[in-house]
Amino acid sequence: MHQIRLVRNILLGIKNLLLHKLRSLLTVLGVVFGVGSVIAMLSVGEGASREALEQIRKLGSNNIILTAVKLAEDEAASAGHVRVGIYGLRYEDVLRIRETMSAVTRTVPVKHIRKRGRLGERSLELRIVGTTPDWFGVVERNVAVGRILSEHDLDQRAAVCVLTEYGARRLLATEHTVGESIRIGGNYFKIIGIVQSEQVSGAIQTPDLEVDAYIPLNVAREFYGDMIVRRTAGSRERELVELHQILVQVGSDEQVEPIAAALKAMLERFHKKKDYRMSVPLALRRAAEQTKRTFNIVLGSIAGISLLVGGIGIMNIMLASVTERTREIGIRRAIGAKRRQIIGQFLVETVVLSSVGGVIGVGIGLLFPWLIRRFAGMPTVVPGYSIALSLGISVGVGLIFGLYPAIRAAKLDPIVALRHE
Amino acid sequence: MSPANKESDMHDEGRSKTLVRFDDVRKVYQMGTAEVRALDGVSLRFGRGSFWAIMGPSGSGKSTLLNLLGCLDRPSSGRYEFDGRDVGTLNDDGLSELRLRELGFIFQSFNLIPQLTVQENIELPLYYLGWEHGRSARHAKELAEEIGLGDRLSHRPMELSGGQQQRVAIARSLANDPPILLADEPTGNLDSATGTQILELLGKLHQRGKTIIMVTHEEDIASYATGQLHMRDGVIDRIEGSADASD
Repeated sequence: MHQIRLVRNILLGIKNLLLHKLRSLLTVLGVVFGVGSVIAMLSVGEGASREALEQIRKLGSNNIILTAVKLAEDEAASAGHVRVGIYGLRYEDVLRIRETMSAVTRTVPVKHIRKRGRLGERSLELRIVGTTPDWFGVVERNVAVGRILSEHDLDQRAAVCVLTEYGARRLLATEHTVGESIRIGGNYFKIIGIVQSEQVSGAIQTPDLEVDAYIPLNVAREFYGDMIVRRTAGSRERELVELHQILVQVGSDEQVEPIAAALKAMLERFHKKKDYRMSVPLALRRAAEQTKRTFNIVLGSIAGISLLVGGIGIMNIMLASVTERTREIGIRRAIGAKRRQIIGQFLVETVVLSSVGGVIGVGIGLLFPWLIRRFAGMPTVVPGYSIALSLGISVGVGLIFGLYPAIRAAKLDPIVALRHE
Repeated sequence: MSPANKESDMHDEGRSKTLVRFDDVRKVYQMGTAEVRALDGVSLRFGRGSFWAIMGPSGSGKSTLLNLLGCLDRPSSGRYEFDGRDVGTLNDDGLSELRLRELGFIFQSFNLIPQLTVQENIELPLYYLGWEHGRSARHAKELAEEIGLGDRLSHRPMELSGGQQQRVAIARSLANDPPILLADEPTGNLDSATGTQILELLGKLHQRGKTIIMVTHEEDIASYATGQLHMRDGVIDRIEGSADASD
């Protein structure tokens, strides 16, 4: 019975709104754009944060990455004459970590050397990564062909390398084959495996690049030493760097923060200068989540303001409508409508109005992320809750801002209302 | 069977003959500092099935009297009994309920709702009575046929002549089958030929047992009623016809 009445009320409301199509449309524009912008902005924010979280996931939430940093004063001092800059992470850092921190499951020393690799006619500027088999346990990438480095390779000081798919495509005529040798500098390396590269562009740098060639660390040290000579215009610059990176993997996420603190203390103690940088993906993730929360608060405020404006617009029009329909209200009251029935009638109208605005807004809110994805190439994800939230809010706006005009309508004196022209 | 017939079958069994009773009813308005006594002590009784014309010059209090009779307004003092019930004790919802179940209104300017069709206008009281849709639609159709507008159900009021609009308004006032109809200058906006038709329709409803109270200022219109009550300066000036109007 009550449901049937509600349906009839809603139909009546729709009918009244259709009498003034343009006015109704203009009235709900505030809600339309409020809801539309909520969904559009949430989807952009969600897309960005998911991308960031995906990048951080690739770094590994239980990893800590130490990277050598060349200090600015060294660069200034070296200008004009030959000078050796010593900086970066040390072999002894690795040993200290392995010996003193039991919660650390893997400690991976990493040495970078920039060299051109050649295979027959083809060549590619490579980043030689001298490391240990543990690298592949920390930077988990699928093996496309062959195998990864082994302890045996290190023991044997084998001149072998693992390429990425990208490197293989550029250097090997036939894709995905192992067994050939590439020449890097004066040395030949046998290709033993090819791994997929998942390098992503963006603010967060993964430890691997697509031009990587992985070789045993001791081989790298033996062939290329720790000294790097760079020829710049007019001068030669030499740098002594033992390790460019140390990847530290911790047993569980809970141990990341204490280990990070311990690492920091240890490095501060043994490095006179701050020639390293520590990045903790878990902390980055926390930061990303914090950013998202802040973003959502800003969004929420913007959306709140636009919905407030939309609601005031609705209230304004409903007040005008009450005035315009004073006589109708008088007639209904004379016939026997109770006050709450008049309130119900006007409330249903405003809720229908704002809900229709909400639905149109959702349509716009879905269209915009699609356009942004299509034409700006930004990732967008429309979270399901944002649609439910927006529709809920638009119904709420109708109820809140419709209440006052409805009460005003119901409070009209029937006699005065009937005489109203 | 029309609702009007049903009414006449049962109108005097076990019920008081007096439908409306006023005891020293006063209505005072405050106009700035001045006090306007719109009704200054009116006592009257309207019997069930009577047809009264309330007459008087403008400002005589006849509209105020009709508003009080119609439970649209409350007296400043005095007692109003409707069918034995003290109206003064009712709250706003109670007055609405009384209007909904016991009263039918007919206005000078018809007061149909312009955005509703003829059918929907007639159905309006039934909607508030909570009738199921199919039943109220059938009933509205019967009423429209009775007033000769069965083929105009889906028209809007503006598409009808004044006489037709007033007949729709009468059909609406009959929808809840009230014992009493209150008519405020029902022919005031109509030409005399159409007005006569409306008065004949009211006469027919009276014959079927409806109590009718009609405000008018024209003698020849008042002559359709069985009794005439003349108002002057907020009091009853004189009564003609049926003798049960006043103590």
